[in-house]
Amino acid sequence: MGLLLSILIRIHLIAPQAKIPLLELLSHTGAPGGVMSPEYYLSLLTMHGTIMVFFVLTTAPQSGFGNYFLPIQIGAEDMAFPRLNMLSFWVTLAGLVVLLAAFFIPDGPPISGWTAYPPLSAVGGASGPGEAVGQNLWIISIAIFCLASMLGALNFIATTLDLRARGLSLGRLPLTCWAWFITAILALLSFAVLLAAGALLLLDRVGGTSFFVPGGLIVSDKIIHHSGGSPLLWQHLFWFFGHPEVYIAILPGMGVTSHILSTFSRKPIFGYKAMVGAMATIGCLGFVVWGHHMFVSGMSPYSAFAFSVLTMAIAVPSAIKTFNWLGTIVGGKLRFPTAMLFALGFVSLFVTGGLSGIFLGQPPVDIYFHDTYFVLAHFHMIMGVAAIFGIFGGTYFWFPKMFGRMLNETLGKIHFWVTFVGVYAIFMPMHFLGLEGHPRRYSELSGFEFLKPLMGVHTFISHAAFVTGAIQLVFIFNLFWSMFKGKKAAENPWEATTLEWTVPSPPPHDNFAGRHPVVLRGAYEFSVPGAAKDYVMQDSPK
Amino acid sequence: MATHELTGTPGAALDAAVARESAWSGGGSPYAIGSKKLGMWLFIISDAITFSALLIAYSYVRVASNDWPMPFHFWPSIIKTTVMTFVLLTSSVTMVMAVHAGKLERRATAAKWIAATMLGGLTFIVLHALEWRDLIHEGVRLFQSPWGTPLFGAAFFTLTGLHMTHVAIGVVYLGTVATLFARGRLSSEDVEVSGLYWHFVDLVWMFIFPLVYLLSVRMS
Repeated sequence: MGLLLSILIRIHLIAPQAKIPLLELLSHTGAPGGVMSPEYYLSLLTMHGTIMVFFVLTTAPQSGFGNYFLPIQIGAEDMAFPRLNMLSFWVTLAGLVVLLAAFFIPDGPPISGWTAYPPLSAVGGASGPGEAVGQNLWIISIAIFCLASMLGALNFIATTLDLRARGLSLGRLPLTCWAWFITAILALLSFAVLLAAGALLLLDRVGGTSFFVPGGLIVSDKIIHHSGGSPLLWQHLFWFFGHPEVYIAILPGMGVTSHILSTFSRKPIFGYKAMVGAMATIGCLGFVVWGHHMFVSGMSPYSAFAFSVLTMAIAVPSAIKTFNWLGTIVGGKLRFPTAMLFALGFVSLFVTGGLSGIFLGQPPVDIYFHDTYFVLAHFHMIMGVAAIFGIFGGTYFWFPKMFGRMLNETLGKIHFWVTFVGVYAIFMPMHFLGLEGHPRRYSELSGFEFLKPLMGVHTFISHAAFVTGAIQLVFIFNLFWSMFKGKKAAENPWEATTLEWTVPSPPPHDNFAGRHPVVLRGAYEFSVPGAAKDYVMQDSPK
Repeated sequence: MATHELTGTPGAALDAAVARESAWSGGGSPYAIGSKKLGMWLFIISDAITFSALLIAYSYVRVASNDWPMPFHFWPSIIKTTVMTFVLLTSSVTMVMAVHAGKLERRATAAKWIAATMLGGLTFIVLHALEWRDLIHEGVRLFQSPWGTPLFGAAFFTLTGLHMTHVAIGVVYLGTVATLFARGRLSSEDVEVSGLYWHFVDLVWMFIFPLVYLLSVRMS
């Protein structure tokens, strides 16, 4: 869904007059005759961002893989609160339904982007199509999502603390569990703030309050009868949530990557404690850098300096993680199933996306890059594609456990290589667009003299996106085909060490069929000298 | 880890592992509390942050406004809210008594103390509603205020409204707990968990009362 929207966006950017009959079915006013209007372009962009950030990147790695594998990896029957778990799932789904409902109202979805900046998001229909009912649906959907995330986070924390099997001390937890645990803490603390901000924004829209609306505004020739509020307040509240949110998206991917790299390098993870410490440090720093999203908001240069230094500090734990991943691979007896390829791809994207973050963390540089394609390139690389590579890696790694059959490796490798080259082909050139000062969110580029020389780059990006999008069909085909026709998976096809590989594939409903596993060793005991095999299971007595 | 050298029977390895066990080495809650209680603590942390965000938003718009009103007179507003505060704090004391009786398995007594707590909560809500009525009578609305910036009404009703909602939910929650506990369908820990919620709601008021009321007293 989110991917489909991005493809529509890419089509529109290179062919603004293209007729897409399906779009007219969706919205008469947004795409009369199938030709996307500039406003509808913004609607689709908003929905793409919102679906991807909240309902894919936040939901899939944590609520998806986490709910399934956290209990098994810690040797528990289920999460601490199974009913809360179900509630969280259904509430998330309700949130998605409310969001998607915006497609089917006359005005269409909101046009304010996934960050919903006021005053435009706060003053109602005057500020554009989708800003009447659509924006209300958006806020309600996000508020519902906040509740679901908080319930889920609470469950993850309680499960990790209370339900670990005997002998599974914190130092023996798989790094995946650490990542889910730290992510849950971030979610518990940050979604609470977004909930408050969302409530205030909704009150501004339906209750007539002016928290985010300053006085004296005239929008589309209409006088706005609000006064006294501050749009910057929204930015503070939103980004206090928004920056930890970035780590909520990427941390589970870091956990999965560490897990896969160690398994297929047949080596213990390099610097286990440093890895945990780095994730915790990244999590903590995530709460004190929100100002780097607001360098152009007129903040004092001293504040900007402080936010900038704190932002640079994140490079330290990030570099620790990267070098530890490399240290894990070096000298290992490497195996290259698709899961390993995606884990390596994650490291590559994490480095590429991270480096552009160092540029954007500098106020003087950011003032130039702000709202250009450079920012787009940065966050798509790191919190978009890298996180999605984490999801892919996890899927190829755990699919045999979940469905009892192996995914097809040939299709997997085709999927990996085309996607890997494809995402670089899409997002690397966007850095250059940004360097040329190309603003984001422009729906039609043909009217601007300074953008004309860049059309070739856009054509290239769009075609790369079409190919990369299309190859995902191979992945989806592989999923369904392998589910029924794939090679039967043994209990431990990857020769991995953690508890999920001690139970049948797929696991019984209560994971361990009434058994209470006892853990006797760490999570990454590969190539232990003197051991019979090159891996020792966590519950193995010798 | 350090278990490489263990070469004996599985039993020996297990014994060695058990000898090293601590509160954090798995097999139970490191805090020796039930998951429900831990869950409530985590909920409280999260909810506290939602309230903090609102209080910070309130402080932000208040500091940013140059015509923030100081409308509350010592009489009647502050006297009334002080009584409300007293009622709410008393209800925390009765809740402590309920938890204590629950621990001793005196179920009927516990239910009575919870009922007293609910009465405190209801009294608070009624007094607060009267306070709201007076302000509305003076022309304060969610979207306007007779004394300058409309944000006074917005911040006031949002903060106190959310708190009142929490008190109301608490009263219903306590009612459910009291009924089920008296019938023997809940444990004393459930009473304690509901007590945690109630004390938290009281604590939130201890922030709202000074920040919203005491800092807005007209001195002359």
